[in-house]
Amino acid sequence: MTLLFRGPGKVPLTLNVNGEDVAVLVEPRRTLLSVLREELSLTGAKRGCGRGQCGACTVIIDDATVYACLTLAIDCEGRRIRTIEGLTDGDQLHPVQDAFIQEDGYQCGFCTPGQVMSAVSLLEHNPHPTEAEVRDAMAGNVCRCGAYPNIIRSVLTAARMVESTKEG
Amino acid sequence: MPTIKKTKVEFEGRIEEREVIVEEEHIERWARGATMRVVGKPTPRVDGVARVTGRAVYTYDVQLPRMLIGRFLRSSHPHARIKSIDASRAEALPGVVAIWHHDNPPPIAHLEGREVFDEELAYEGAEVAFVVARDERTAEDALNAIEVSYEPLPFAYNFETATADAAPDVLTGVDNWIRREGDVYERGDMQAGLADADVVVELAFSTPVAAHCCLETHGSVVQWEGDLVTVWHSTQSVFGTRSSVANALGIPMDRVRVICDYMGGGFGSKWGAEAYTLMAAVAARETGCPVKVMLSREEEHLVAGYRPGSQQRVRLGAKRDGTLTLIEQEARVATGAYGGDGPVIGGPANDLYRCPNVRTVVWSARANTDHARAFRAPGYVEGTFALESAMDALADKLGMDPLALRMKNYAEISPARNEPYTYKGLRRAYEIAAERFGWADRESRLPREEGPWRRGWGMASQIWGGGGGPPANALVKLLPDGTAEVAVGVQDIGTGTKTVLTQVAAEELGLPLEAIRCVVGDSLPAPFGPGSGGSVTLASAAPAVRSACREALRQLMALAAIMLDLADADVDDFTVQNGEIVYTPDPEKRLPFTRAAAKMGNYMIVAKGARGPNPEDRAINTFGAHFAQVLVNVETGQVRVERVVAVHDIGRVVNPLTATSQVYGGVTMALGYATTEARLIDPDTGLQLTANLEEYKVPVMADIPQIDVLFVDEADVEANSVGSKGLGEPPIIPTAAAIANAVFDATGVRVTDLPITPDRLLPLLVKARAEQ
Repeated sequence: MTLLFRGPGKVPLTLNVNGEDVAVLVEPRRTLLSVLREELSLTGAKRGCGRGQCGACTVIIDDATVYACLTLAIDCEGRRIRTIEGLTDGDQLHPVQDAFIQEDGYQCGFCTPGQVMSAVSLLEHNPHPTEAEVRDAMAGNVCRCGAYPNIIRSVLTAARMVESTKEG
Repeated sequence: MPTIKKTKVEFEGRIEEREVIVEEEHIERWARGATMRVVGKPTPRVDGVARVTGRAVYTYDVQLPRMLIGRFLRSSHPHARIKSIDASRAEALPGVVAIWHHDNPPPIAHLEGREVFDEELAYEGAEVAFVVARDERTAEDALNAIEVSYEPLPFAYNFETATADAAPDVLTGVDNWIRREGDVYERGDMQAGLADADVVVELAFSTPVAAHCCLETHGSVVQWEGDLVTVWHSTQSVFGTRSSVANALGIPMDRVRVICDYMGGGFGSKWGAEAYTLMAAVAARETGCPVKVMLSREEEHLVAGYRPGSQQRVRLGAKRDGTLTLIEQEARVATGAYGGDGPVIGGPANDLYRCPNVRTVVWSARANTDHARAFRAPGYVEGTFALESAMDALADKLGMDPLALRMKNYAEISPARNEPYTYKGLRRAYEIAAERFGWADRESRLPREEGPWRRGWGMASQIWGGGGGPPANALVKLLPDGTAEVAVGVQDIGTGTKTVLTQVAAEELGLPLEAIRCVVGDSLPAPFGPGSGGSVTLASAAPAVRSACREALRQLMALAAIMLDLADADVDDFTVQNGEIVYTPDPEKRLPFTRAAAKMGNYMIVAKGARGPNPEDRAINTFGAHFAQVLVNVETGQVRVERVVAVHDIGRVVNPLTATSQVYGGVTMALGYATTEARLIDPDTGLQLTANLEEYKVPVMADIPQIDVLFVDEADVEANSVGSKGLGEPPIIPTAAAIANAVFDATGVRVTDLPITPDRLLPLLVKARAEQ
């Protein structure tokens, strides 16, 4: 039976992160971002604002991007959480990561994990986005350095790379 | 050998005679048009993998065993005095380790002569108490449990209210004026300039307070090991931080190591030790645990600085043929309760055009806000908007093409310094930009009208320093397997410094990029390097890297000479070609680079290099031109920037890929400055209304126009041995004026107040229509 109310003290949670079940003991008020970073040492996702205004904390839950800073960890049980750390296969980069390097789709890089996750999710839903679709899908990820033109190029390049991998 | 030299130093528009440490470089210059193997080639960042995998460690990511979290309680008043503080409930919370405040001061309670926890709180966000706790939640609970009783004091929130008759004291007992007579630059005779003018334009401008909004907020992590302290600090200057930490703590400099490996944006706002650094250090020493303090986004807006807003007036006089006879610019800025002189808003007016009679003045006053900080081309962004808008108005009044007016007043020598330039490519920049933009046939290229939208074109020019200079050093270790470590005391704040310095080292050593490991952002292994401000990093550090590499090669050549039985040969007669050391007088005599290096066993060659002096009696400047195309909706006042062509003269471009990125960034930031960004303060409460990323509107991907980036790309061989100048700041300078000028071209309405928001523009459009 599921308890409707848990807390306010620490409660045990099982989270599925990057394909692995991990057990944590945290207060129900903890955000997914703080649990990923502080409990699991997955520091790729960043807190730029803590209010869902910048997108630096973007992760993928099930098949949708979410702001990890606005998501409670306790709400993520039984769901599939993917972070930037889970994108690589050993040393093999995801095509989106390769494309960001090739196109210089960043400057300081602080927003990059969030940008990459948004791009990955976009391409999973729409493998051949137009430039307008990229602009729309990624508008929730702020880059104060202003790398936007190269981020757009990165996403379009990644789409082509994914396509050619399929053909190959 | 280092020597002390009195020389003219330019930094962010201020030119002064200063004594600087100078060493000679002992290296020939890379010639203009020289064939390069690595330099000048688009090169992806050497640390790209770390950046795209989340493995890059920013200060915010540093997590250490037993690490505690520090947070500040901050004033919720623009001006107040603390009547009482009761932290007893907070101290009783489990997990709270220490709390310091005015009544319970920390062991070190002063930073740069100011009390960290003052009784008088002169701005919203001023430090009231500091909590150290086992985690962030506990620290926040503790902040909420501290009871403070404030006595609110009258406040002044901007220049006008601070300088009005009967204005309240911003700081008790301190003059609200910072410099009542103003910061004045003058040349020529203003009366004569006015008398000579056939045409005069005079306009008033205002520019908004702009927030840096670094995505990584300000913060430090401090760890003590015995009397050694390591400070991870999100900073534009590891060496500036080292000396300020040592000063603040009263400890020797060799006890302090500052690390800033990856850095999430600074834009002028992140320098030395701040209150959060000092308190992290004190708390870490007192508790025996590492302590981390990162500002929240709200704190970032409240206390991490801003580009001050300005009220300006510009008057230009010209002959009927467009020849300038007079440039006059005045500006008023408020730089905060503890602020200093305002930025050099008159810089562009003083130095961009050939004009005999120029007067600029900046008046600065205090106000009840945190203090203004440098923000990407401080002063020049504000000043160029006004100057280049006024030039556009002058062109209109004269019936001249705006570009032709600029060409008419082109300065062949530096007007402010009255000295020749090392190189000036502004004319080329105009030509390249005009051609790419299609300036000459712009009217026939695209329709003026599309429904309610009106299309217009505008342009503006840019001048900035960016020549860099001494002192800067680099250290090269040449290892026995033919690889090299390069340590430079600069930091990569997102501009790609590590990558371009790796390119320079690879070029000079004749090694592939992969054989070079470049270390920046760490004060321990690296010799001195400058802070990343004033666009100086590359022009200061790259020549030092070249010089160190050359010295390392000389040492290796000496070994190679012995191995080739050429012990008496001059080491400068050897070169590296395709991985081989070649004796140029007799190219048959050669051996693989790796074989010579392997001779060292496990020894290594260590070489130091220095940035040589800048040429005397020469001005070193960067230039650029931006052309903008906008659509204005005359029914809603909405402005849509369709296209910006940005052309810059920064000498030799070391890495076109990262250089282009920097220009994208500058144009984008300027787009926000021109159309959406403003830090607003409520006049009734003196509190910020925009202390977050929703109400403070930075550009997002959907806002971005087509941006065409081009470079003049002529090496400035007189400037330094690499021939490059800085690019960090130039691309944010001219865009706002180009956009405003395009709005005028589209609608006939000149917007002189930034940002150009619909609520500003629409009434002007309505008024203009009524007057028609």
